[in-house]
Amino acid sequence: MSWEVVIGLEVHVQVNTKTKQFCGCSTQFGAEPNTQTCPVCLGMPGQLPVLNMEAARKTVLTGLAINADINLVSKFDRKNYFYPDLPKGYQITQFPLPIVEHGYLDIPVKDGEKRIGITRIHMEEDAGKSMHEGLDGVSHIDLNRSGVPLMEIVSEPDMADADEAIAYLKQLHQLVCFLDVSGANMEKGQFRCDANVSVRRPGEPLGTRAELKNLNSFRFIKQAIEYEVNRQIELIEDGGEVVQETRLFDSAKGESRSMRGKEEAHDYRYFPEPDLPPLRFTQAEVDAIRAGMPELPGQLRKRFETEYGLSPYDADVLTQTRDLAAWYEALVAAHPADPKRCANWMANELLGRLKESGTDIAESPVSPQRLAGLLERIADNTISGKAAKDVLDAMMTSEDDADAIIDARGLKQVSDSGAIDAIIEEVMAANPAQVEGYRGGKEKLLGFFVGQVMKASRGKANPGMVNQRLKALLKG
Amino acid sequence: MDIDVRKVAMLSRIRLTDDEAAELGPQLSNIIGYVEQLSAVNTDGVEPIAHPHDIAMPQRVDAVTNSNRRDALQASAPKTESGLYVVPKVIE
Repeated sequence: MSWEVVIGLEVHVQVNTKTKQFCGCSTQFGAEPNTQTCPVCLGMPGQLPVLNMEAARKTVLTGLAINADINLVSKFDRKNYFYPDLPKGYQITQFPLPIVEHGYLDIPVKDGEKRIGITRIHMEEDAGKSMHEGLDGVSHIDLNRSGVPLMEIVSEPDMADADEAIAYLKQLHQLVCFLDVSGANMEKGQFRCDANVSVRRPGEPLGTRAELKNLNSFRFIKQAIEYEVNRQIELIEDGGEVVQETRLFDSAKGESRSMRGKEEAHDYRYFPEPDLPPLRFTQAEVDAIRAGMPELPGQLRKRFETEYGLSPYDADVLTQTRDLAAWYEALVAAHPADPKRCANWMANELLGRLKESGTDIAESPVSPQRLAGLLERIADNTISGKAAKDVLDAMMTSEDDADAIIDARGLKQVSDSGAIDAIIEEVMAANPAQVEGYRGGKEKLLGFFVGQVMKASRGKANPGMVNQRLKALLKG
Repeated sequence: MDIDVRKVAMLSRIRLTDDEAAELGPQLSNIIGYVEQLSAVNTDGVEPIAHPHDIAMPQRVDAVTNSNRRDALQASAPKTESGLYVVPKVIE
């Protein structure tokens, strides 16, 4: 008998504001420990939170981008628990009345698209960071992260396997990047995922779920979900029962372990946050936020296909991030004659080289204008495509433009048919047996001649012309 | 209404002696019972309120206003090391 897998995801996204959710402390990542704190985010008595309206607007923008309802009135609540990285003893969050509800994302699946419901997005604040490793009997606490704005994005249990979960997460990740509402760097903990996983027989009610925590890369999320699905199925098939619990995934061992011991304490005693009045937006304010919505990845992809004639694959590669798409459009603006050539050279050549050196497109040593200068020389047959790759290599480490490099290295292609004919005649004279072979019907030998001519010209002969002239002269 | 005073104390990290638990349990139950009288009020058609004061949310502009005051802020901490708070180990 088969099993159905049911997955719901809770994603915590750090909002990329300059300051924290409820105080004017910097959110800059990587500062010296505890240098970005104040009495508010340290939970000192008598301090009052004041909401960062930019964080609220960014949360509304995210809600609009997932086609959700924006609650014009939402409110804040306290979630109470004790942990040393939570100095107030409670987290300010939104419980019964969140700012965003009832949205969705369409994700790519094997046979088309699937709609994944998003139950809600609520605003809350991050906790500090605890460090345990290498310490004897103590933990160290850094509260720079305490109070950093978070959006918690809660999906419906609409995903049926690890691949769908990953597809949803990647779509959501790309979306928050495009909206510029989060740095979304997973290694820095700016985009974190908890997964609720259960299994059931088809047609039966939902099974008991386990919550997987500590999933901080797409690879680990997939591993953790697959491990959990197998664990639950084996457990049930062996006559056991799944218990509702939190499990911590250990990426080094590739397995999860129960944190059941802590469950008893999970009674959060939510109550309304008395220090904050309700958060209100007018419809006009929401409309203004909507008006500032950037072009979203799906729209951009379709536009690149229709406007520039790109293949779906290239359009996808070049719309992965807003920076990539902007770079491509700057390149097309500088070399409007051939958007496809722009896409090929950017996607295959430039991005390949950047990847090797681990450089982001925003830090590319070659600007769109400089690459366009190179593409112009390919277009007007000054250099061959092969030589152009060498020029691009040189451009990566120098500030010279394409023309300077082509001149300095003598890469200018020979397109003068007289000069090419002269080389061809030399090659033919040096290889009479092959000439005879070719004329006797071995047309495959053309490749040999092309190679010889290119070699004799030290790669500078125009390959198209070499081909054409060789065919003519070999005929005899 | 009966209150599990031990559970409430544990959630609040308050240590109680048996005598205190025996005394506080009924007291807490009485308080809850007193407040529970409110549920007798007919609230049909009454809009729930999110906050007792009908005031506008104070709005903060997203600009850094706090500088590093670590030394002063850590002066009251029982123990610090290299700028980090030191607490009893919290993970098993």
